[in-house]
Amino acid sequence: MDVFKADVAIIGAGGAGLRAAIAVTESDPTLTVALISKVYPMRSHTVAAEGGAAGVVQSHDSLEHHFHDTVAGGDWLCEQDVVDYFVAHCTEELVQMEHWGCPWSRKPDGHINVRAFGGMKIERTWFAADKSGFHMLHTLFQTSLKYPSIKRFDEHFCVDLVVEDGRVQGAVTIGIASGEFTLIEAKSVIVATGGAARVFRENTNGGIVTGDGMALAYRHGVPLRDMEFVQYHPTCMPGTGLLFTEACRGEGGFLLNKDGYRYLQDYGLGPALPTPVNKAMELGPRDRLSQAFWYEQQKGRTIEGPQGSVVHLDLRHLGEKKLRERLPLIYELAEEFLGVDPALTPIPVRPAAHYTMGGILVDGKCAAPLPGLYAAGECSSVGIHGANRLGSNSLVELCVFGKVAGEEAAKFSRTVAPGNSSTLQQQAELAQQRATNVVRKGKGTERISSLRREMAESMERGCGIYRMGDEMQRTCDKLTELRQRFMNVNVEDKSRVFNTEWLLAIELGYQLDVAQAMAVSALHRRESRGAHQRLDGYTERDDVNFLKHSLVTYAGENTPNISYGAVKITHSQPAVRAYGAAGEKADAAEAAGKIA
Amino acid sequence: MNTSERMITMEVLRYRPEQDETPFFQQFLVPFTDDMSVLQGLQYIKDELEGSLSFRWSCRMAICGSCGMMINGVPKLACHTFLRDTYPNTLRVEALAHFPIERDLVIVMDDFMAKLESIRPYIIADTPRALSEGEYLQTPAQLDLYEQFSSCINCLLCYAACPQYGLNSKFIGPGAMALVHRYNLDSRDSGSAQRMPLVHAEEGVFNCTAVGYCSQVCPKKVDPANAVNINKTESAKDYFLRFVTPKGAGK
Repeated sequence: MDVFKADVAIIGAGGAGLRAAIAVTESDPTLTVALISKVYPMRSHTVAAEGGAAGVVQSHDSLEHHFHDTVAGGDWLCEQDVVDYFVAHCTEELVQMEHWGCPWSRKPDGHINVRAFGGMKIERTWFAADKSGFHMLHTLFQTSLKYPSIKRFDEHFCVDLVVEDGRVQGAVTIGIASGEFTLIEAKSVIVATGGAARVFRENTNGGIVTGDGMALAYRHGVPLRDMEFVQYHPTCMPGTGLLFTEACRGEGGFLLNKDGYRYLQDYGLGPALPTPVNKAMELGPRDRLSQAFWYEQQKGRTIEGPQGSVVHLDLRHLGEKKLRERLPLIYELAEEFLGVDPALTPIPVRPAAHYTMGGILVDGKCAAPLPGLYAAGECSSVGIHGANRLGSNSLVELCVFGKVAGEEAAKFSRTVAPGNSSTLQQQAELAQQRATNVVRKGKGTERISSLRREMAESMERGCGIYRMGDEMQRTCDKLTELRQRFMNVNVEDKSRVFNTEWLLAIELGYQLDVAQAMAVSALHRRESRGAHQRLDGYTERDDVNFLKHSLVTYAGENTPNISYGAVKITHSQPAVRAYGAAGEKADAAEAAGKIA
Repeated sequence: MNTSERMITMEVLRYRPEQDETPFFQQFLVPFTDDMSVLQGLQYIKDELEGSLSFRWSCRMAICGSCGMMINGVPKLACHTFLRDTYPNTLRVEALAHFPIERDLVIVMDDFMAKLESIRPYIIADTPRALSEGEYLQTPAQLDLYEQFSSCINCLLCYAACPQYGLNSKFIGPGAMALVHRYNLDSRDSGSAQRMPLVHAEEGVFNCTAVGYCSQVCPKKVDPANAVNINKTESAKDYFLRFVTPKGAGK
């Protein structure tokens, strides 16, 4: 087996992984970084983010506002000290992106422009048309090419972490083109592999978003935190789940039911004014909007389409010129995938699974409980999203915490001696055997695609926008069954060169573990909070019993264990999450209270 | 839009280097609805008919750049091309032209990656700006100058379209040239002098014979042909200015 010796290994080369790689090398150019990605970095799913990245710039805005929007948006399940650090570093990181060449949209005077986004009190979303993630990813990737100490392992698929002597010391990869294994020795490892919403049937995610890093850390005993919180994005393409950015509503788009009525006013988000009001109506938070869709569907006020019920995203009043300038990708998606000209016809949309709020448990320095292991981005749970992420917080999270992870992993790597190569090699060979067994063992009988489909349908049924105890239990049972059947999965393709069937099987194994972590965490949370909403007697938030993070721990073939951890509350006590007119009233009352 | 299910024949190039002497075509009968892309057709084949078929894909929305292929002989993104447009004819899918085939529909991308690295695709500032100084000012008109060239998704359709690249893969090619142009035109950048040697090198812009097919196939309207031709002018100017200015002509 080939061996590569790095100081820091990074698994995943999307926004967080690339930012981390640059941070390592800028903090110490003598350190060697192994940047491992199962795709070429510019294919990473950061590329598909559309709307933008939050950072306070306007004089009437403040860090305190950004903090409060984030914590209330997360239904008080955020780590408030970490949110404090986050909001204080967002703008600086977005300026850094600007210096590196990100083509942010501008105001006439040449300064950065910002747009409104859901759940944000004041406009603070930096954007590059509606291709913000694409531009951030390409800017980071192209900038990373400046640094000779970043050694890329493109199209290298990670099959395991190497843990020895109580700390992580490397990773084992398959070079996809050759099918050959490589042991990458490292003194510290950063996981930056993104989310896992592909475990749901209808989702916005790219095919590569299969929770690999979450599963790898989890299998080595690192708890996954708050996995029950999965965000449904309210405006997605029926069938494929492709995303129509929240910026559509930030720019003034309406959501209409079958009667052409802006139904959100019936769900505590009104009044319905003709121009966008921050934190009201269409600019409410995503969990509330997806839930309102569900109720409209129950009431028979949605529109029946070939791919299920839809509502209309109406952008007609914005006019073609503004749409082409501000939302060019959305225009193209609507025209080419749906045959709809959004300047003339409303776009049919429905919610789809979009974002994994939970992830690998890390502290505010991105360090996991396993020494030497760090995580950043959607795969991690650093504590800023709580029970519901606000749009435009995650792109900037990649930068803020990618940098922290890089600097911390660099620091750690200088404190430890290189591992014992022969022990690491033995470990790596075991990992190779396990990965190879998926193909080499006798002929299995279970189709990859059937297992995947059954998983995704069961997750949608049990862990969708609204949840019931008995349905969640059925999903848990189903996942137990599927994990059992997975042992007998069939991989026809026995070749080495670019064997994607083999990789799909390994990814399915990751997905099943992560799906089970989500479902079991959901079943045990007997309250409703943020994106976790129950209809079976636990319809309210329960701060007495559940103002807690869930922690799910891997238990091999058995059902994982659930425990709970404290939530760090510094200066925002849980209150009612109010939006629309009610929100304004609550803000006014709070301000009056402060004056009194 | 017709939502009923029909059957289309997909003829897919196969090549598994460990067992096939030469590439060959394999036919599959695929059920489809009007909203299905070629990518979804290939996914159906992989899931239900032939698990060993390999191809790259991810985002499904024409932004990650993974699924470039020859579809009925034309370089296209599979996620962005619909089966309905070929039906009732047979749809033919092959790996992107002008690149070595790794396997089936997967090409070897090393050449493009090396070119991308060689062009210094990052801001080179004369005097680096401190974060505390805030952002560079850049007017919408200045942004407009390069924005289109920054939209390249590296899907390589333009390389598959370029007859010159097909003849001589040393030619830097349309995509990388568009990115050279993207940085040279950025008001924050002072690196054009470092990039120009590549532009007028033997492998540079003068290889282009102005066919313009690269711009036609570009799914993001980057118009690399335009970038190449502006660079021809720049390169020529640069060449002559070298005789009259002591340090050559930068920007």
